[in-house]
Amino acid sequence: MTDNEYIYAVARIRTKEMSLFDRQTLEQLLTCRTYEDCLKLLAEKGWGEGSDSSDSDILAAERKKTWDLMRELVDDMSVFDVFLYEKDYHNLKAAIKQALIPEIVPAIFTEEGTVPVSVIREAVNEKKFDLLPERMRACAEEGYEIQMQGRDSQMCDVVIDRAALDAIYGAGKASKTELFSDYAELKVAQADIQIAVRGARLKKNKSFYEKALAVCDTLDCDRLGDAALAGTEAVCEYLESTAYSDAVSAIKTSGSAFECWCDNRMMEKIQREKYHSFTVAPLAAYVLARENEIKSVRIILSGKRNQLPEEVVRERLREMYV
Amino acid sequence: MVNLGSALAIAGASVAALGAGMGSAKGVGMGGQAAAGVLTEDPSKFGKVLILQLLPGTQGIYGLLIAFITLTQIGVLGGTAISSTWEGLAYLAACLPMAFVGYFSAVQQGKASVSCIGLISKKPDQFGKAMILPAMVETYAILALLISILAIIGIGSLR
Repeated sequence: MTDNEYIYAVARIRTKEMSLFDRQTLEQLLTCRTYEDCLKLLAEKGWGEGSDSSDSDILAAERKKTWDLMRELVDDMSVFDVFLYEKDYHNLKAAIKQALIPEIVPAIFTEEGTVPVSVIREAVNEKKFDLLPERMRACAEEGYEIQMQGRDSQMCDVVIDRAALDAIYGAGKASKTELFSDYAELKVAQADIQIAVRGARLKKNKSFYEKALAVCDTLDCDRLGDAALAGTEAVCEYLESTAYSDAVSAIKTSGSAFECWCDNRMMEKIQREKYHSFTVAPLAAYVLARENEIKSVRIILSGKRNQLPEEVVRERLREMYV
Repeated sequence: MVNLGSALAIAGASVAALGAGMGSAKGVGMGGQAAAGVLTEDPSKFGKVLILQLLPGTQGIYGLLIAFITLTQIGVLGGTAISSTWEGLAYLAACLPMAFVGYFSAVQQGKASVSCIGLISKKPDQFGKAMILPAMVETYAILALLISILAIIGIGSLR
C-alpha cells in the first residue's frame, strides 16, 4: 500500500484514539474498591465480549479487537511483521516444550503470529523444519536438538530468543517507517540490557553473552557482554555512556521498573504519530498504545486481585499515549 | 478552419481544465477517504467533514472557468478566430498558471483537509480553525486564476 492508501485507516484510528484510556481513567480504575468493581467499570467502558468471566479473557478479547481492526484496515498485514514475529518465536518455544510431554498444555500458543500455530507444531512434531519460514528454520532445529538431547530449556530459549530479536531487528530496520525502526531498536536494546543484568546476577560466562546478545545500533554487544562479566555495576557504568543512561536508575531499582521505563520511552517516541495522517505509522502507534493500555489494566487488576496498596500499583503504571 | 494558433489556444484551455480538474479530483478523493474513516466511527460528523472534503474541489471549477473564457475569446464559443501561431501560444501560456497552480494547490489542499478531518474527529469544536487551515492554500489558486483571467482578457485587447 502506498502511503496515501492509509488515509481512511488513519482517520478511523483518530476516532478510535478517543476511546483509549488516559491517566484519569486508569486512576478511576485504581480507585475502585475491589477487583470486581474494576471488572464492572471495564465492562461499562466496553471492554471484553460481554460474557467474560476472568480478566485474562477480557484482556485477550481487547487484544483480539485491536488486531481484528488492523486486519480490516490493512490489506497486507506484513507491514506489522516487526510486532508479530515475537509471537511466532514464542509459539516455536511452546511447540518444542509441548513436544516433550504427552499431555496438551492449555493456552500456551497465540494465534496472532505470522505463521499458523498448526504449521509450527507440525514442523516441530514431525521435525520438518522446512515448513517454517527461512528465518526460523536454523533456530528451530538448533533449539529442538538442545531441548531434546541436552534437556537444556534455558539454552533452547536463548537460541530462539536471539533469533527472534535478530528477526525483529531485521524487519524493523528494513521498514521505511521510522516508528518500526525505533521499535526494533528499543526492543533489542531492552532485551540485551535485561540479558546483561540477569546474566551478571547469575554469573554467566562469555559464551552465553555471545550467544544471547543481539546486535543493535545503540549498544556495543562486546562491551555490554564484558561489562556483564564484571557485574551489574559495570553494566550500569557502561550504560551511562549510551543512549540508555536515563534507564540506569530504573535498572538499579528493579527489572519491572526498567520494563516500565522502556514502555514509557516507546510511548514518548510514538507521540509524534498523532500528527501524521498518511502513513502506516499512526496505526502502528495505535497498536502499541493499545498494548500499553492492556498492560496497565493488567497491572491494576493484578494489584486489586492481590490487594496491593494503590501506591505500589500506581508506581508501575505506564505513561499513556493520550 | 483550425490553424496552429487555434490548436495551441484550445490546448491551453484543455490543460487548464485538465490540470486543475485532476488536482481537485485527487484532493477531494483524499478528503473523501479521510471523511469515510471518521464517519465509520462517528456518522454525526458528516456535515463538518463534508465541507472539509469539498474545499479542494474549487480548483476544478477555476480550471473550467479559464477554459470557458479562453474558448469564448478564440472563436470556438464566440469571439474572434485566432489568426497567428504566436497568438495561440500566448493563450496557451495564459492558461498555464491555472493548470499548474490549480493541480498542485488542489493536491496540497487535499492533504491539509485530510489532516484537518483528523483534527475534527478528535476536537469537533475546533471546526472553524480546521476550515481556515486548508482554505489558506486556496489563496494561491485564486492568485493563479486572477493572472490567467487577466492574461486571457489582455491578449484580446492586444489584437
